[in-house]
Parts: sequence; C-alpha cells; structure tokens
Amino acid sequence: MVELNKIPHIDEIANRGTYAGPKAKKTENFATRTDSPDKILATIEDAVKATGLKDGMTISFHHHFRGGDHIVNQVVDVLAKMGFKNLTLAASSLSGVHAPLIDHIKNGVISHIETSGLRGELAEQISRGLMEFPIVFRSHGGRAAAIDSGELHIDVAFLGAPSCDPYGNANGYSRDDDDSILCGSMGYAVPDATHADKVVVLTNNLVKYPNMPCAIPEHQVDYIVVIDDIGDPKGIMSGATRYTKNPKELLIAQTAAEVIDAAGYFYDGFSMQMGSGGASLAAARYLRQMMIDKGIKCRFALGGITGQIASMHEEGLVERILDVQSFDLDAAQSLKKNFDHHQISATYYASFLQDAAVDQLDFVILSALEIDTDFNVNVLTGSDGVIRGAIGGHPDTAAGASLAVVVAPLTRGRIPSIIDKVNTVVTPGATVDVVVTDQGVAVNPNRPEVAEKLKAAGIKVFTIEQLKAKAEAIVGKPEPIRYKDNIVGVVMYRDNTVIDVIRQIEE
Amino acid sequence: MEKRYTKERLRRSMMFVPGNNPGMIADSRIYNADSIMFDLEDSVAYTEKDTARFLVYNALKTLNFGKKEIVVRINDLASGLGIKDLEAIVPAGVHVVRLPKTDSAQDVIDCEREIERIEKEHGIPVGSTGMMAAIESANGVLNAREIAHASDRLIGIALGAEDYVTDLKTTRADGTELLFARSMILNGARSAGIAALDTVYSDVNNEEGFIAECTLIKKLGFDGKSVINPRQIAPLHKCLVPGEKDLRKAYAIMDAIAEANAKGSGVASLNGKMIDKPVVIRAQRLIALAEADKAAAEEE
Repeated sequence: MVELNKIPHIDEIANRGTYAGPKAKKTENFATRTDSPDKILATIEDAVKATGLKDGMTISFHHHFRGGDHIVNQVVDVLAKMGFKNLTLAASSLSGVHAPLIDHIKNGVISHIETSGLRGELAEQISRGLMEFPIVFRSHGGRAAAIDSGELHIDVAFLGAPSCDPYGNANGYSRDDDDSILCGSMGYAVPDATHADKVVVLTNNLVKYPNMPCAIPEHQVDYIVVIDDIGDPKGIMSGATRYTKNPKELLIAQTAAEVIDAAGYFYDGFSMQMGSGGASLAAARYLRQMMIDKGIKCRFALGGITGQIASMHEEGLVERILDVQSFDLDAAQSLKKNFDHHQISATYYASFLQDAAVDQLDFVILSALEIDTDFNVNVLTGSDGVIRGAIGGHPDTAAGASLAVVVAPLTRGRIPSIIDKVNTVVTPGATVDVVVTDQGVAVNPNRPEVAEKLKAAGIKVFTIEQLKAKAEAIVGKPEPIRYKDNIVGVVMYRDNTVIDVIRQIEE
Repeated sequence: MEKRYTKERLRRSMMFVPGNNPGMIADSRIYNADSIMFDLEDSVAYTEKDTARFLVYNALKTLNFGKKEIVVRINDLASGLGIKDLEAIVPAGVHVVRLPKTDSAQDVIDCEREIERIEKEHGIPVGSTGMMAAIESANGVLNAREIAHASDRLIGIALGAEDYVTDLKTTRADGTELLFARSMILNGARSAGIAALDTVYSDVNNEEGFIAECTLIKKLGFDGKSVINPRQIAPLHKCLVPGEKDLRKAYAIMDAIAEANAKGSGVASLNGKMIDKPVVIRAQRLIALAEADKAAAEEE
C-alpha cells in the first residue's frame, strides 16, 4: 500500500489520494453504448432546464446559418414560453430573419443584444430606439477576444450544427453522410463552445461517432437536441457565389488588383483576404489571371471563403485556405474534401490578444458604405443613419494586413461614398491604406511609399479630398442626418475599446 | 470655326449607352471607351422615347465627359422622332450625330439639312456638329461609297449588322455573311478618307468569340467597333493597339528612314530589305495609334 505521507512534496504532486480501483467497466459493445448517450435530450425545453439557465443570464448563438437561420428564433420562442426575462443575447451576428426578436424585446425576454451586425426590421426598430440598453457591436476578432478574456461571459451557448454525433462532436458538414444541410466552417461558434458555462448543440443530423473532423469537440458540449429544422438550406448557402457582372464593380475590382500589384504585395508566396461585396470578391478573378500570367502562387487565403477561392486552391494557385466562414456551397464542399482547406476559429482568425491569422495578411480587399477624408470606414450604418450592416472582420483585417484596400463606388445612386465624416467609425482610418473607387484611387498620406509605387506603375493617385470633390460634383453634398441624443448602439474596436456610438435617428 | 468633333481621332471603341438609363449615362465616362454613344433608337422602347431624349439632353448639358467623344444615335427621320431628337441634342452640344438606317446619300443630306437649320436657329456656327452614318440594309451597303462622300461632316460610316442580315434573309454566324458588307463599308470609308466602324457583338459572355471578331476586323482594316458592354472595351483595345513587336519594328523603320535622310540617301533599308513608301506609311500609322492609345490612357 502506498503511504502518501512518506512521499516528499506530495501536496505539490497530487491531492486526490491513493488509487481505489477503476470505475465500473462498460461491457456492452460500442454500437449499443452509443445508442443511448446521456447528452441527448428530447426537446429544447429539456435542454434549457438542464443548463440551469436563469433570468438575466447571457445566451449565445453563431451566424453560420446566415439568412437561413432557424435556431435563434426557435430557442428564444421556447425561452419566452418558459417565462424567461431579461436575457442578454450574444450572437456572432444577426440578420433579417431575426425580426421575431422584436416581440421578445418588447415583452422583456431579451433586454440586451451583442452582435457583429443587424439588418432588416430588427435593425430598423433598434435604430428608432426599441431597446433601452444599447446594442454592443463587436468585430469577429473583438468578440472572440471578449469571450476568451471573460469580458463577455456566456452562460449558455445554443449552437446549431449540420452534423453532430451522440457525444457532441459537432461540425458544419459531415464526411459520412449525404449533406442535407451544409454550412462549411463553424469558426465563429468555437469561442462560445470553448468558454460558455453550458453548451447545447442543436442538430438535424445525428451521425455516428466519431464525427471527425469537428468544429466543436465533445468535451465542450453538455447537451444535444435533435430537431427537424435547424434552418433553410437555401438561406444558409446556395451554389456558388457568382462573380458580379456589374461593369462598375468589375472596374473597381480590376483597379484594386492593379493597386495591389503596383504596391508590391503581389509576389510568389503572398497572403490575401477578400471581403464580402461584389467588387472585393471580383478582385479574385483578376488576381487569378495575374497569378497565372506571372507564374506565382498564394501561400494562403484567409477569411470568409467563396467557391472562387476554393477553385483557385484546386487549380494549385492557392496553397492553403484558412476558413473561418464558408460563403457558399462550393467553399463548404471544398472544406469537406480538400486536405489543405482548413477550418479555423474566430480566435485563430482575428483575436487581438495574440498573433492571429489576420496579422499574417499581405493584403485585404474590403468594402465600405462610407469613407471619410480621414480614411475612417463605416460598414454599419446607412446614409440614413439606420443600422444596415455588420462589422464582420473589417477592422481586424484592416489592422492586420500590410495593405488594406477599401473598395467602393464613388457614388451610390444619389449618395456619395466619400464624405467629410462617416456616420459611424467602424475601422479607423489609420489602418486603411488605399481607397479604390470607379473614378480614382486615393492613398492614405501615412503610406507615401505606396502612393509613389502606384504612380510609378502609371496609376493615377488622387487625394481623398479630390475624390470627395468628384463625388460632390456629381451628386452634391447631402444634408447631415439628424439624430436624437439617445444612444442605441456602442461600436467596439477590435481591442474592445469604444470607438464610436450610434444614436437614434430623428424623423 | 470651333468644331465639336475632330475627324482624325482614336475611335477603337464606341460604347452604346441606353438613353433612358440615368445610372448608365452617369457612369459612362468611367470606362475607357474612346467614344460614348447615347442611344435614343433601338434600345429605347417607344413609350420611353421622350424620357430618353430629355435625359440625354440634360446629360449633355450638365455632365462632364472629359475629352471623350460624345455621339448620340437618333431615331431615323422618317419615324418623326429623329427631328425631335436633333432639336434636343444639337443645341445641347452633341459632338457627333449617328444617323441610323442610312440607305442612300440623300438620307445623309436630309439629316444634315436639319442639323444646319437647328445650328442656325440656336446661333451655333454651321458645321460644328459632326455626323456618322450607320448602314443597315442591302441598299445602304451597295451605296456605301456615295453615303461616305455625302457630307463633309461625316467622321465615319458604320455597319449595323442585325438589321442588315435580316434584310439579306440570313442570320449572324461566323462572319462570312458580313464579309461583303464590311468590305463595301471599309472601301467606301477609305475612299472618302473617313473612319470605318464595325457593328456590335451581342453575346457579351462570349469573350473568345468577341476577340475572334475583333481580330477579324483588325485584319480587314476597321478603325474600331461599337460595344454594348464596358467589359468588351479592354479586349477590343488590346486587339487594336499594336503589339510590342510590331511597334519595335515600326520604330526601327522610322530610325532607318531618319538615318538614310541624314546621309542624304534616297533609299533606306532595314535588315537588307528596302523600305518603300507603303511600309513607311504603315509604320507611321502604327506609331500614331500607339501614341494615341498612351495619350488616351493618361487622360483618364
């Protein structure tokens, strides 16, 4: 018999006593054992009860089901029926399909929201003062950092998954089954699964153990509920993202590609990210041709991944893909079948707490709703002051990339894109290097060497003030938006400091 | 007298822009087409004719198109709309009026008479406004030479293939069906010393087919071509601008000539081959085209 007190430093080695024999050994075979696992509960309500959720707590969701998401509304409906009040809803993002939350805000179920973005009727009403507690907007990297550091504590995460095994290994696809629903990467759900006190996976597709690879491993998952409807596959993702045919967007995309080349960030072994939006996505088309012409390869493509990036990977032009979110079915299929197409978490993607993938970017091409003469960018509020967008990884990638290129048409209808002061600062101008419009390029004065390189390559460089003047010559100068004092949103920079606020619009 | 147009200029691409689409009108200058051609004719539905005329009038009066050539395709005079179009766009400052469905020299003369009347009525120097004629029928093709010589205002004649092949009782195919018309128009234009301009290529998504057609018209000798989408401009220009190799050869020819002149020799040669006059003229044209292309790129 081991005598613990005779072991020097035993207090520093172990405090669990001496070995007292094993737990009862399981003898049934694997197939039988996995038939009735303890984690699977019959209903969302059962899972909620099991988590011990209480009024005032924080629940979280991911947005990988995008416009097709049925998880948020289903769960919050159940919580409302169960009588919960005063909950904080911390989603990685929300979209137009989440309009039913309006009623749950009015009846007190949800009293606070954290998200990357808002759209549709919910955004309209929040912009008009629906909530007393301002919305907290965080970038994807900022949210991951807030969860990792404990600034944003999640009590219960409700995570929809297109595949999950009986032990909780959950993923955005399955290498076993025909995929009824695919969402590709589930990178934005990873911080939630890692740090939430309780994690509930909601799946329509219970697959055999082990569901590998997985985004969320079983040891992070407390409960599993199998439901018929996690979302509308058509809204979650459709076929391939088509390149825009809009000639103006193509012109902007082509110019952006030329700018990157001229600035010296297009070389064998470069790294890149394309933001969402027609022109930034279309830049890939021109970069692809330039890669073939020059015989160079991209070491890695990061970010929201489209089928175009996946096909560049398949033709050998992009060596590695780091995928935090798959934008279309082709990207999701590529993640499923291609060994060098990697799923990454939001933390790995963009958290400021340590080096992240964004810090290894040569360039990023980003969209903008508004750009001001200090190069600040707004992607969150429209020209009417109403919230109609999402921060996404905009400030994260702009800060991380050696060259942040922001693309926008000089005017949209009667609205100039380049103005004196953006309505909402999302990405600070100090991190934005080049602005590319259909009517000219401007380089941030803090990058004079980039301006020189562009000029040397024959690209005409304007000042941002000149671009603003061009826009105003076409559409005039808009009246400033009238706001009330009431603050409806707080915009956090990626380091979770407050960079701006959004006020209620005056009508 | 200050003319609004110049006969000799780069007209590789003449981009059609529907006259009833304000967004496309406002954006037309951002693409590097050599000429912008606002259309009041076939791309505008009958119920939209007044709208289009009003929009194009205001675009000409208010928007800045830089140094681009501004052409307006009017409706034919017989429709009754053409005169209204002229009465709006000539005072508004159009550079060149594109006359559609030109079957004979008389069509050009009739149109010129109206332009002249409007110029006089508005105190615009007579002759300021340029013209080009689109030939879109068998009759027009057979009259190409007379049409090309019908007015001093003509900067060029163009083929309108869709109506033409219908008139011929055929359809557009590999280009064989247009060879005669293209040759007639080209020869007609050259006999008058004006530009020969090719028809549109409608299948915007078929870049390969478009490039093949551009290559063909370059071989034939056309100055340029109408385009219906900005995406067609870059491949068209690439086709029509001389390549590095040809350009180097042209400069070598001009150097050899200069050298021979300096020596007082009447005969120049390059790599043992005598350089005769047509070779020099072709080299000069090639260099002029390359320089015009460079100048156009710098303007933007």
